[in-house]
Amino acid sequence: MSHGPLIAYTNVGKTFANGDVVAVDDVTLEVAEGEFLAIVGGSGSGKTTLLRLANRLIEADSGRVTVEGEDVRNVDPILLRRRIGYVFQSGGLFPHLAVGANIGITPKLLGWPAAEIAARVDELLELVQLDRAQYRERLPSELSGGQRQRVGVARALAARPRIVLMDEPFGALDPLTRDALGDDFRELHRRLGLTTVMITHDMTEALLLADRVAVMHGGRLLAQGTPAELSGSSDPYVEKLLHTPRRQAERLGKLLPRDGAA
Amino acid sequence: MSLFSDPRWTEALAHLPDYLGNHVRVSLAALALGLIVSLPLAILARNRPVLRGALLGFASIVQTVPGLALLALFYPLLLVLAALTLSWFGFDFSAFGFLPAVLALALYSMLPVLRNTITGLSGVDPALTEAAQGVGMTERQSLFMVELPLALPVMMAGIRTAAVWVIGTATLSTPIGQTSLGNYIFAGLQTQNWVFVVFGCLAAAALALAVDQLLALIENGLRHRSRLRTALGGAGIAALVAATLVPAMARSASGYVVGAKTFAEQYVLAALIAQRLNADGLYATTRAGLGSSVIFDALKAGDIDVYVDYSGTLWANQFHHTDVRPREELLADLNSILAKQDITLLGELGFANAYALIMPKQRAEQLGIRTIADLAARAPSMSIAGDYEFFSRPEWAGIKQDYGLSFRTQRQMQPDFMYAAVASGEVDVIAGYTSDGLIAKYDLAVLDDPRHAIPPYDAVMLLAPKRKDDTRLRAALQPLLGRIDIAAMREANLRAAGNDASSSPDAVARWLWEKIGKK
Repeated sequence: MSHGPLIAYTNVGKTFANGDVVAVDDVTLEVAEGEFLAIVGGSGSGKTTLLRLANRLIEADSGRVTVEGEDVRNVDPILLRRRIGYVFQSGGLFPHLAVGANIGITPKLLGWPAAEIAARVDELLELVQLDRAQYRERLPSELSGGQRQRVGVARALAARPRIVLMDEPFGALDPLTRDALGDDFRELHRRLGLTTVMITHDMTEALLLADRVAVMHGGRLLAQGTPAELSGSSDPYVEKLLHTPRRQAERLGKLLPRDGAA
Repeated sequence: MSLFSDPRWTEALAHLPDYLGNHVRVSLAALALGLIVSLPLAILARNRPVLRGALLGFASIVQTVPGLALLALFYPLLLVLAALTLSWFGFDFSAFGFLPAVLALALYSMLPVLRNTITGLSGVDPALTEAAQGVGMTERQSLFMVELPLALPVMMAGIRTAAVWVIGTATLSTPIGQTSLGNYIFAGLQTQNWVFVVFGCLAAAALALAVDQLLALIENGLRHRSRLRTALGGAGIAALVAATLVPAMARSASGYVVGAKTFAEQYVLAALIAQRLNADGLYATTRAGLGSSVIFDALKAGDIDVYVDYSGTLWANQFHHTDVRPREELLADLNSILAKQDITLLGELGFANAYALIMPKQRAEQLGIRTIADLAARAPSMSIAGDYEFFSRPEWAGIKQDYGLSFRTQRQMQPDFMYAAVASGEVDVIAGYTSDGLIAKYDLAVLDDPRHAIPPYDAVMLLAPKRKDDTRLRAALQPLLGRIDIAAMREANLRAAGNDASSSPDAVARWLWEKIGKK
């Protein structure tokens, strides 16, 4: 089992509004253990639905979703969600709870002893590079956008999940913060041996962070592969998505020449 | 300073522990019950549009029922219920006072709590309920850990509104037998004691403000997760309840309770009876301001021990007879009907407080009107005013029929204002009461009733079933029977209508005892 894919979608379909809106159309996709997969697509492409099928925030109509080899339909959705980390768009932090309480929420739901939760919260604050004494008792409204998202990441990691799902985690941040946070998370992913699925509409971000990129459009999976594999795709939509990062890279290369390029 | 040197302020203050204590207990019990019912219902309804609509609709309809009517409706409802539980389960409960007041006020508190809880919960950002699901909360955990805490400020605003409404409306629970700050207001209005009215209003407003601020403190504490503030607010509410419980505990519960209806003569007579009982070493309190439909049932159920009613009122209202009998025959009949219900008709006081058609003496003489028969010819161009029940009573139909009376207009009026209205010519004739002291004050004439269309209304003293064989009580009341004639009662009523310290029911009752005791 441990050598099979950690998350596997097999011919999965999902419609909304009594079948009028096809969100996910016959998608087959595997995520290997330790892999960082980015799912890229525009709004309405079905990428968020696909992500939520993995922890049963949304139930599939057809096909099969397995997590760690088990069909998710056979797993209690509450327990499933507690063992999968989830980072929400712009944090999704509970505004009435302090940073520490937000981070410790899933361990608390799992019934960890208070002392153990407190120790874990401190450990996580350090992991996401926030000063524990300074931030533990603050309310989310007292944090910057980047700090909030760091807390969101810490919360997702609190119960030591093997899998982390991220829903456009860095979309609402300014470019510098976004870059730093992306790099920091990539490092955490490697260090903790996580399996990460991240949704983004930004192909550049996907290419820079992920091992593999899957492209969704109109509910269908158009292409998947490493950046190099993707650049060989003949699909016109994938071509179009790759066009911007390519052109930016060329122009930036010309605009910012460096002697003895690194 | 002279405003507050009036001794009635001191008298009002003496009642405060009792009235305020009862008011606090009934209001907070009603609010607590309202919350226990409304909060779960609102939570249940938040994702169910049909239930939500039904609940809010029901609560809105309840809100449109005037507070006094809602309170009054609960009394007969509970009487029926008590009778049912007695026959089915072998126990009954008092449908008087506390219970109907709490139930009616709890219903009254529901709308703001329901509406604000539903609004507060539906105002929670869906992204946050999604996040709650995402971190692995069950629906219940999401409700208690995320949704309710976030909805709390809106919910508390509703609870505070409900608290203020309940405390205000609780002043209307006096007529169904629940002592409250309304006792000041009802007694004050009936005996023209404006000091009492003002005092009652001020006390109710101060209480409402205090509870509102304590709730605000709790809300503030919960919102800022300040245990201190929450605890202070909670302790304030608890202290309020405790402070009002102490005098209630200290008071002896085994006294006699003298009932009185909602007009001045009844206040005076109840005070007189209580004074007589206390003079004979029988501890007695008065329960004044009871609705006339409530008081008889309260006596039957033993919630009050003694009160004064009128033969014609019992005959027509309580036993639903429409025929008019001669005085002696009526009393004999009443005696046997009451005896069947185990109620003792102890005897007559000596005066009658009958309805009578009354007009200014001077005008009656000018027009040559001495009797109702004389009035009949003039009536079509005249207006008549009566109290809230007169025109729906059978004797009005009887009078109209027997004398062929038909007035141009008829108006309902607060009894206290009728006499002034007829004296000033605002109405031509009023249906007043023969024992009213204002008849003499305004120089009015009581028109004769040669055809005996108006039934007799002898004042009679009634004893509760449980006091049937109470010889000490009977002995203490004996000196009052047959001793109060119409002139004495009219003068007493006139004194009670005054607006000074000597016009309190207690003072007038003392005066009345002096007067009849000397005879």
